Amino acid sequence: MGAFATTALATAAVAGGFADPVFDAQAVFRLLMGAMAEPGTVADLGARVAAPAPLVPAAAALLAALADGDTPVWMADPAGAGEAAARWLRFQTGAPITEDRAAATFALLPERHDPVGWASFPRGTSDYPDRSATLLLPVRDFAGGDGLVLAGPGIAAERRVAPAGLPEGFAAALAANRAGFPLGVDIVLVCGTAVLALPRSTRVREG
Amino acid sequence: MYVAVKGGEAAIANAHRLLADRRRGDRDVPALTLEQIAGQLSLAVDRVMAEGSLYDPDLAALAVRQARGDLIEAIFLLRAYRTTLPRFGYAAPVDTGRMRIERRVSATYKDLPGGQLLGPTFDYTHRLLDPALAGDAPVEAPERRALAAVEDCPRVIDILDREGLIEGDGDPAGEPGDLTRDPVSYPVGRDLRLQALARADEGFTLALGYSTQRGYGRVHPFVGEVRIGLVDVEVEIPDLGFTVRIGAVRLTECQMVAQFKGSAEEPARFTRGYGLVFGQSERKAMAMSLVDRALRADEFGEERRAPAQDEEFVLEHGDNVQATGFVEHLKLPHYVDFQAELDLVRRLRAEAGQRRAERGEETR
Amino acid sequence: MRTTAMTAAATPGPAYNFAYLDEGTKRMIRRAILKGIAVPGYQVPFASREMPMPYGWGTGGVQVTAAILGPADVLKVIDQGADDTTNAVSIRAFFRKTAGIATTTRTVEATIVQTRHRIPETPLAAGQIIVYQVPIPEPLRFLEPRETETRTMHALEEYGLMHVKLYEDIARHGHIATTYAYPVKVEGRYVMDPSPLPKFDNPKMHRSPALQLFGAGREKRIYALPPYTDVRSLDFEDHPFTVQSFTEPCAVCGARNVYLDEVVTDDRGGRMFVCSDTDHCGTRRAEATP
Repeated sequence: MGAFATTALATAAVAGGFADPVFDAQAVFRLLMGAMAEPGTVADLGARVAAPAPLVPAAAALLAALADGDTPVWMADPAGAGEAAARWLRFQTGAPITEDRAAATFALLPERHDPVGWASFPRGTSDYPDRSATLLLPVRDFAGGDGLVLAGPGIAAERRVAPAGLPEGFAAALAANRAGFPLGVDIVLVCGTAVLALPRSTRVREG
Repeated sequence: MYVAVKGGEAAIANAHRLLADRRRGDRDVPALTLEQIAGQLSLAVDRVMAEGSLYDPDLAALAVRQARGDLIEAIFLLRAYRTTLPRFGYAAPVDTGRMRIERRVSATYKDLPGGQLLGPTFDYTHRLLDPALAGDAPVEAPERRALAAVEDCPRVIDILDREGLIEGDGDPAGEPGDLTRDPVSYPVGRDLRLQALARADEGFTLALGYSTQRGYGRVHPFVGEVRIGLVDVEVEIPDLGFTVRIGAVRLTECQMVAQFKGSAEEPARFTRGYGLVFGQSERKAMAMSLVDRALRADEFGEERRAPAQDEEFVLEHGDNVQATGFVEHLKLPHYVDFQAELDLVRRLRAEAGQRRAERGEETR
Repeated sequence: MRTTAMTAAATPGPAYNFAYLDEGTKRMIRRAILKGIAVPGYQVPFASREMPMPYGWGTGGVQVTAAILGPADVLKVIDQGADDTTNAVSIRAFFRKTAGIATTTRTVEATIVQTRHRIPETPLAAGQIIVYQVPIPEPLRFLEPRETETRTMHALEEYGLMHVKLYEDIARHGHIATTYAYPVKVEGRYVMDPSPLPKFDNPKMHRSPALQLFGAGREKRIYALPPYTDVRSLDFEDHPFTVQSFTEPCAVCGARNVYLDEVVTDDRGGRMFVCSDTDHCGTRRAEATP
């Protein structure tokens, strides 16, 4: 770990990690695994980290649990508005922060990020579809938005969700992502300390 | 009434107790010390370190003792310990050109700078069992020479290299892979192949190397040089910007000079096969260098037809810890699957019997 | 960081992390599991570690279990359907020692079931996780030994060879001659090896409410089936998939429509059939004798 200046920013980076790295990481992972296995369900990861804005607590917890030196994290403007968040992530996880979408294992999308840009994140290859990015997209709420009907693995019949604060063209982007199966990105909506996962296997229609 | 077999836990505990008893053997005989194993069975310890991928003679000696001399079991013990160790950093590449040489032979030159140095070799021992070794007869002190300056003993391969008679030594740039940290995806580079071979079972590597000599992927080899000795291990301290010596390891290196290649564009030159293992093990280092060269078939446009040229075959089957686990797992219960097979075989036989009976009726 | 000493308290020895694996390894396995869930039936390569038990004895399942396990979990381990087979006993003891977690033999009490070769007779419930120990994760391996080839076959959905093999069985024997490790197709996309289950258990995988995880340590692969995933055993219209059936009930508990072990009782052809699932059998007997 490199030396860092004792500025307020640096102090914020050192603070706010998991109180119990082993069991917090396990708990966050298990909740996220449940959310991924049952797309559309909301899992509250709990208040386990305190990260600088614009990092949503759930996204910060997810990365604290899963990111490390092997997983570049893409974020917008890591030298500007995202500097404190980037510094926190680097300190807490050791993950390289990247502005190169093609290199990302995780991507911290800004709110209402235009789905047109998602095509440049790794979608895996036909030999290795697992070599794909997981996109973390902040939403305003997990209810109150336009209705989406989900189907596919992890869903007994259909599951209805209505996240509020999605970008324009979200449903169409998810349908396009599903059409490329087994290639594709996996999406985790984050809001407060909670997550809702939409892996590439999920079929989505508006309704 | 039928009662299923129970008491697995007690049976396991009792088996471990019996194993400990057999390991210790006759209590009237003094127990082996780790110093005795490391000092007097040092080639066994070397093999365990090489295939265990961990240079620690004390732990390797402990593993040999714990494994009752079963070296693959000892390698397994060392590997399972190694995997739990944190990585603090990576050593700079060792410089075998600066080896403090204990043995060095070349088959390609009669004499050369630094000379031929037999060292502690079995080579010219007559393999006659020595009754003196049944006891503890005094052993003469060895003849020692003053340590030659390392500069006086250049690597044979470098002599050829300076004349441009052998291919270059590969591209030192780029970070080598580590198959103990990342999953392997084929095709792999020479870095991973060499790592796999250095860890591979000595017997497997030997057999494959031998097979190339018998025509299964022939490489026309000459031993440029085999050298054994101590080499310094240095690590770079990132914050200080220089390297620090953290110790020394004994290595065996084999540079195999192999079949020359040339084309309309390129003049003919020899090619290389490389072997490097922990400790003193010429057999392993030489076999490794043969297989390394055989695995480079694609680089030289050689047709890949033999097992030694097939990297998936070599890498997937050379690890004795994997191999012994999977072969030996066949002794675990499989009765659920066997039941399924029994059921099918009985059914097929019954149906065949019925068909025969029906045919018999028709011809009657 | 809480650690659990593996050695007796008196001897200062190496201390291991909760559930043995270090946190970096767990993170790597966890990421592989998540990708496996996102692409059901696809084998995710992972950097399998050398475990303190032999390859082929459940190192993949053990690594998956170690990566998902938390202090509140209740673990059941079975081998051949039984909790008391030596390897099941050994793996259960490993987790008791390294993670200090509760273990059970009751399927209904377990949050995680690690298994070799069987799926419990008691249907798994939503929220439960079953972890399969897998020796050879590649269903095409017996047709094509090369990883480079089979990977391409999966990429191109080129499964014709598998159907040819099954059909050759029918031509020769009148039946598909695969009785265990019977290949399945997941969500109409990936052909998957279900681990060496008797095909009797294959239907239990189809749309199971439990999360199913598969770990192959030596072969370094993890794959997954989320709950309610479509899992079809390969077959032909004129030769539909069928499971084994036993003519007699369990000699101990009288259960029918369960998988039975054949127990040889003497050397003159004497045999009896008893439940392979020891928990199922024991529970039925307990209920029968109030």
